Amino acid sequence: MTVPSGVLVVGASVGGLAVVESLRRDGYAGALTLLGAERHPPYDRPPLSKKVLSGALEPDRTRLRPDAALAQLNATVLLGDPAVHLDAPARAVVTAAGRRLTAEAIVIATGLEPRRLPGQLPWPGVHVLRTVDDAVALRADLLAATQVVVVGDGVLGTEAAATARGMGLTVTLVGPQATPLASQLGPRIGGYLAELHARQGVQLRLGAAVEGLVGDDQRVRGVRLAGGEVLPADVVVVAIGSRPAIGWLANSGLQLADGIVCDSRCRAAEGIYAVGDVAWWHHEGLGTGLRLENRSNAVEQGAAVAANILGKDRPYAPVPFFWTDQYDVKIQVHGFATPGAEVALVEGSPELGQFVALYGSGGKVTGVLGWNMVKQTRMHRQHVVEGTDWSRVDSLRAS
Amino acid sequence: MRIIVDVEKCCGAGQCVLLAPKVFDQRDDGIVVLLDESPAPELHKAVREAACVCPGAAIRLEEQA
Ligand SMILES: Cc1cc2nc3c(=O)[nH]c(=O)nc-3n(C[C@H](O)[C@H](O)[C@H](O)COP(=O)(O)OP(=O)(O)OC[C@H]3O[C@@H](n4cnc5c(N)ncnc54)[C@H](O)[C@@H]3O)c2cc1C
Ligand code: SF4
Repeated sequence: MTVPSGVLVVGASVGGLAVVESLRRDGYAGALTLLGAERHPPYDRPPLSKKVLSGALEPDRTRLRPDAALAQLNATVLLGDPAVHLDAPARAVVTAAGRRLTAEAIVIATGLEPRRLPGQLPWPGVHVLRTVDDAVALRADLLAATQVVVVGDGVLGTEAAATARGMGLTVTLVGPQATPLASQLGPRIGGYLAELHARQGVQLRLGAAVEGLVGDDQRVRGVRLAGGEVLPADVVVVAIGSRPAIGWLANSGLQLADGIVCDSRCRAAEGIYAVGDVAWWHHEGLGTGLRLENRSNAVEQGAAVAANILGKDRPYAPVPFFWTDQYDVKIQVHGFATPGAEVALVEGSPELGQFVALYGSGGKVTGVLGWNMVKQTRMHRQHVVEGTDWSRVDSLRAS
Repeated sequence: MRIIVDVEKCCGAGQCVLLAPKVFDQRDDGIVVLLDESPAPELHKAVREAACVCPGAAIRLEEQA
């Protein structure tokens, strides 16, 4: 395989930037173009639901790189112009502004779009949270509000609830699961999270189905549950998950499912790759396909794709890393913390407010979760890398 | 190379410590501790990688120095 003369990256966020930076770091001297739908230079999303929403971090500070560092990449950066069509065989992208960009290699890193409630109107007071503009608008509304309902019991919903509570608002968290994050971390850790939110004064409406929003000609006034009960609200945060931003890839010739379908090299077609939240690829270590929605994956997959563009031909089979901050609790997960897995505490305890839990399935350690135990969590990561035998878990316990 | 860390943006992931344990450490609450702000050339590659993967975008490099 020869090195392409030019690379076009679609999606100018953390994954797209990682591709460009990794290519240059690996010595690539060809032409680079970074195309983004948002008008902002690449910025970071994780602080949006945490320090930006709370006001502890100015929105500008989420910028991933200062201008000087971007300029050093010697890439053409085109912002505020979404791609609207890809012709995969021709390796050509058409943009909303009418540009036609071609490159020998194209990397797609267009991330996710938030899902909305059926029939969700653009009512004042109703928010989703994906972009920095979303975060600024939500913060402005929260500052004038007293009652917030967060719809969604995943990572984003729980973080938004925690931040709003920290701002002194009355917060209700509604979701369909028996505990928050049950489908990500399982019922046991989910139970600890439910206790944490309850202790902080969040009203939890778990196992509840949302029927829709209620409001008047001014703004949203509440959330209606199945059964008719209305939870009053001046602000509603809809955090019911996201779907891959692949609408623009219809008729592209690429295979689309829950994301852009890729092989173990993150290759969607000859000369076309996908990176980050939008990419569904074959993980050789696990023997299955998957898609991850976390920041570290976007960066590592970006580096892996850059290497493959340069001819390395290496499978991408990471030990994922993910974290969430809620109140004064920092949860970190290395590997896979699947809901059906066995869970064993190896350090600390929930009563102490800090612990490390190992997750196991198929007779092996598959994941480690730390709750306010940063260093110890990092130490146990090795068991995930090595796939330590689950039968040894008892002997790993700190005495 | 000179390293500047922004503790306010650090999210305590410890990816930097995994990649360059001679240059970075963590406090008990996870926040990064810079052990060596101008590391030897043989560490530069690992430090650049740490700056790239740092989930808080908290590591900035000045390469000229
Ligand atoms: C509020 C919030 C909090 C989060 N917190 C955490 C956390 O604590 N820990 C963690 O690990 N992860 C967290 N994440 C997830 C993390 O931010 C994502 O995994 C990461 O941003 C994925 O990067 P990406 O580059 O794949 O996609 P994105 O960051 O979504 O970027 C995609 C970019 O592509 C652009 N785009 C879309 N369509 C087009 C098009 N047609 N043409 C051109 N450009 C296009 C978009 O505008 C966007 O800028 C959080 C996410 C959010 C929203
Ligand atoms: S990798 Fe970045 S965020 Fe993580 S501890 Fe190091 S400096 Fe902090």
